[in-house]
Amino acid sequence: MPDRRILPAIAAAFLLLCTAAAFAASPVTASGAWIRLLPGDLPLAGYVTLHNRTRHELRVVGATSRDFDHIEMHHSMHMSGMEKMTPVKAVTVPAGSTFQFAPGGYHLMMWRKHDLKIGNQVPVTLQFANGSRTTITFIVKGPTQ
Amino acid sequence: MKQVAQLAAVLALALFVTACGNNRQKWQTQSIAGIMPDLQFTLTDENGNVVHADDYRGKVKLMYFGYTHCPDICPLTLATIGRALKQLGNEADGVRVLFVSVDPKRDPPQQLKQYTNAFGPQFVGLTGTQDQLHALSKRYRVAYGYEKPDTNGDYIVNHSSAIFVFNDDGNAKLLMSRTDGTDAMAHDLRQLIQGS
Repeated sequence: MPDRRILPAIAAAFLLLCTAAAFAASPVTASGAWIRLLPGDLPLAGYVTLHNRTRHELRVVGATSRDFDHIEMHHSMHMSGMEKMTPVKAVTVPAGSTFQFAPGGYHLMMWRKHDLKIGNQVPVTLQFANGSRTTITFIVKGPTQ
Repeated sequence: MKQVAQLAAVLALALFVTACGNNRQKWQTQSIAGIMPDLQFTLTDENGNVVHADDYRGKVKLMYFGYTHCPDICPLTLATIGRALKQLGNEADGVRVLFVSVDPKRDPPQQLKQYTNAFGPQFVGLTGTQDQLHALSKRYRVAYGYEKPDTNGDYIVNHSSAIFVFNDDGNAKLLMSRTDGTDAMAHDLRQLIQGS
């Protein structure tokens, strides 16, 4: 007959395990999220590395933020001496791998709603094709970053 | 024996001359001396004044075509140049970065001024009429073009990745690219400022 006093401890341990499992199941983690600030109301670019922790590929199909009117995904390409930029509908984060939104390549193009300052932290929610979402905190950095 | 000594002397001299010659032309970015024409243009600067290439005589000039509604490549390129200028310290005062907007519709002088100021005191915004911009881009064999506007009226401008570098007299010297990196840019700019 186990001591009754031990039951709450077991329950607490069980809850903790569940919470840990929920965190581990988060399909995507992010690192190095930042936005390059430009003067006035010019559109900005956001960059982040996404890590897919699952065994299947994940497709990012959109992004929203309370601080931006709208956000698009764009791809810059350097072709025969020309810089070209194209909007893209989705990007794929391969299973167990990473995807980089990085300067000179894929980026989030962001039309701001209000002034931002260097050092501001801005939440951006990514939407995935499977219906899940994840919110990432982007740090606003200076133009010369 | 005398002949051998003479030959050795000639060889040594040849080696010395070659070494010096190489030293003088040791660029880490692409040389375009004698390939591209001298800098010439009539444009409007960020203060609304009509300017010509001669107005920047005495400075080493970098010329880059872009537009301010370009959130990724243009700031990346200008920031890369800015870091190279930082490496030059006080010598950076001898440089002007001419950011030529090929999007005059959205880049009036005031907009350009605010934009270039964000990158440093050496950055100057220029733009012009389509005729002026076409003449300049044709002179340096580059192109630019506009994509169709989206529902918000925003449009993408495709532009050259080239950074043309001219010496203090306006002679074309180097073709740089953001992918050359700050160290190579700083090295070549320093060499150009010091007049080698």
